[in-house]
Amino acid sequence: MAQADAGNADLMQDASGQMVTADGVPLKQSLKRAERRRKLVALGLVTPLLLFLLVVFIFPIGQMMWRSVDNPQVVNALPLTLEALEGWDGQGLPGEEVYAALASDFRTDMERPRRDQFSGPLGVRLNYELSAARGAVARTVRNVPDFEPPYKEAFLDSHRLWGDVSLWRVIQREGRPLTSAYYVAALDRQFDDDGNIVLRDENRRIYINLYIRTLGLSVAITVLTILLGFPIAYYMSILPMRYSNLLMIFVLLPFWTSLLVRTTAWIVLLQQQGVINESLIAVGIIDDSGRFSLMYNMWGTIIAMTHILLPFMVLPLYSVMRTIPPSYMRAAKSLGATPFTAFRKVYLPQTLPGIGAGAVLVFIISIGYYITPALVGGQSGRMISNEIARHMQQSLNWGLAAALGTILLIGVLVLYWVYNRLVGAQNLKLG
Amino acid sequence: MSMKKLSILAGGVAAAAITAGAYAQEPVSLTIVSWGGAYTQSQVRAYHEPYMEANPHVTIINDDGSANALAGLRAQSQAGNVTWDLVDMLPSDAQLACDEGIILPIDHDEMLAAAPDGTPASEDFLPGSLGECFIPQIVYSTILAYNTDLFPEDAQPDSIEALFDVENYPGRRALQDRPGTNLEWALYADGVAPEDIYDVLATPEGQDRAFAKLDTIKEHIVFWTEGAQAPQLLADGEVVMATGYNGRIFDAAQVEGQPFEIIWDGQIVEWDGWVVPADGQNIDAVMEYLYFATDTQRLADQAKFISYGPARASSAPLVGEHADLGIDMNEHMPTNPDNYFSPIVLDNDFWTDYGDELRERFANWMLQ
Repeated sequence: MAQADAGNADLMQDASGQMVTADGVPLKQSLKRAERRRKLVALGLVTPLLLFLLVVFIFPIGQMMWRSVDNPQVVNALPLTLEALEGWDGQGLPGEEVYAALASDFRTDMERPRRDQFSGPLGVRLNYELSAARGAVARTVRNVPDFEPPYKEAFLDSHRLWGDVSLWRVIQREGRPLTSAYYVAALDRQFDDDGNIVLRDENRRIYINLYIRTLGLSVAITVLTILLGFPIAYYMSILPMRYSNLLMIFVLLPFWTSLLVRTTAWIVLLQQQGVINESLIAVGIIDDSGRFSLMYNMWGTIIAMTHILLPFMVLPLYSVMRTIPPSYMRAAKSLGATPFTAFRKVYLPQTLPGIGAGAVLVFIISIGYYITPALVGGQSGRMISNEIARHMQQSLNWGLAAALGTILLIGVLVLYWVYNRLVGAQNLKLG
Repeated sequence: MSMKKLSILAGGVAAAAITAGAYAQEPVSLTIVSWGGAYTQSQVRAYHEPYMEANPHVTIINDDGSANALAGLRAQSQAGNVTWDLVDMLPSDAQLACDEGIILPIDHDEMLAAAPDGTPASEDFLPGSLGECFIPQIVYSTILAYNTDLFPEDAQPDSIEALFDVENYPGRRALQDRPGTNLEWALYADGVAPEDIYDVLATPEGQDRAFAKLDTIKEHIVFWTEGAQAPQLLADGEVVMATGYNGRIFDAAQVEGQPFEIIWDGQIVEWDGWVVPADGQNIDAVMEYLYFATDTQRLADQAKFISYGPARASSAPLVGEHADLGIDMNEHMPTNPDNYFSPIVLDNDFWTDYGDELRERFANWMLQ
């Protein structure tokens, strides 16, 4: 009170009736200035983090998204051919002038220094859309300088694909600087002869099933971590501090162990000749021919990932439960609730922020998981990230990898938005 | 013996030069990328150590990045910061990198040593092995191997057909998680002659046939990704037979004493070798190293440490005993006539053309 009075004493009113401070500056302005200074200081403090995020997060993600639509290969390699193809209706082979343009495009390319040549990337790009197109480009381009008119015949002699209308359709369709082809492929679709987007042959569909499986596995792992983590977190929260600290170390110890070590330990336990199967045989529950396949399938992924992600569920749950006064439960029981009703109506609702936070953490981490499924998941335990990694490292189709990654990112954002609408992100409590 | 004398002499000359200070060479460190494990060890002992001894100013740093070599080369080239000096990779990837201009074209006769009898390098290397930008070192093969403990003595598998015969040879099989080799064997076991396999596989009917054959054992398959996994799965008894690289299986069987046997029937043969990244920082030093490391004696020396065949014809007669075990390496070479009776030579042109499509179909098949 005294302070407020002192503040008031400093305030005066000028002629126009505005509030001013002791040095005659209008109060509003003075407050604004102070506010601005505080904001600048705050901004200065967060700038390093913002810059860091921009450099290592926003920029690479933007670049990845750009790669999923970037399509320079055909445009760079075949400018004249694309021009000549402009009037082509996609029916029947294009005319001699197109083949002549192709020959001169290839000739120009051969004159460039080796590493600036566009025909290598062109072949790789076309092969994504049409098998054997890379061979058609690679085996033709070096002979083109010796080609004589009529060029159409020369090209047709050189590789059968130059006489295939579908190759020309691909060239025409992909002769644009931006493409949707990677997204089309990432959604198990392809272009038909008329340029419509249709489902792929059944035996080439991969990704949609994999997205669904990734979602399913992530949900299953999240639910399992809740079921396993809840009792532990509860027990820790009611124990005296020194015992609960000991338990906490048991929860955190695996958390501090290398991911690879933990996964390898699971391999030792789960394999057919592993500890679990051998023990079951030793006590006579199963016989030698009835060994369980606990890994190199979905179960391996679920078991190992549930264990690895458990701390992410236990920690937020524990921190929330610690703050729930035990007297609430006692009050409920003294008012006549059965233990179950008291738990359901009084205790559980108060832990929801912890469950929500743990579930979001576990779910979002597991949806992008990669090493553990690769090591113990076999085929049925593979997730979409394994496919993304394969395109990054082996097939080197970075455009497709980027499209798959972008779809995953958008999917996670949509799920988070739905979660926010249903539960409310303000109800998250991470500790 | 004369070779050794020569290298001692060279070492002596180099040392003398350094003490004299007249020709003291700048120290240079070469980053050499290879496959790791027993394979890198064989290169260290056959190439790197003798070379560093003769050239004390050179330090060689090993990088086990070959499994993702093409991705690495591309990334380094795009970033404009090429830190690899020499890369060990497969010819199909080498051709891609060559087309993209991120590795150097090689003039084999100019840059590589001739055979001791004067045969130029281009004729001494095995036919079809040299690439525009590629210098082969070894012939390796992907083979079927099995754990002898897991089959009765009178019913040990002996052909690729056993891989697809779960009735007579029950148990799980480990296959690599990619179409290459698996589709070839499916057709081979289905009765297609080795030389016709790729013609058949280029047709939709042939592809259906291969996948139908694989379907018959699908429930018995465990997939592996890295070369080291195949012997591990066999040793753990997780599978009764596994496809794998012959050198890794040899290493597990002979060096570690695992009860593994190799089935040479239908072995799938391929080269492996060096490429030089364009824009590397030590290209001159690398070329000097390559001249040494790909000569007749050095390629034969590598076979002392791992059972891969040297890529030079002139090296074959020099292949002797394993450096540590003292066993004759000739009988373990994929190219030994006793083993080379029904080889399938991996067709890289086929896989560059059809690889994208078949990889998708194979991935779909695995997920079903």
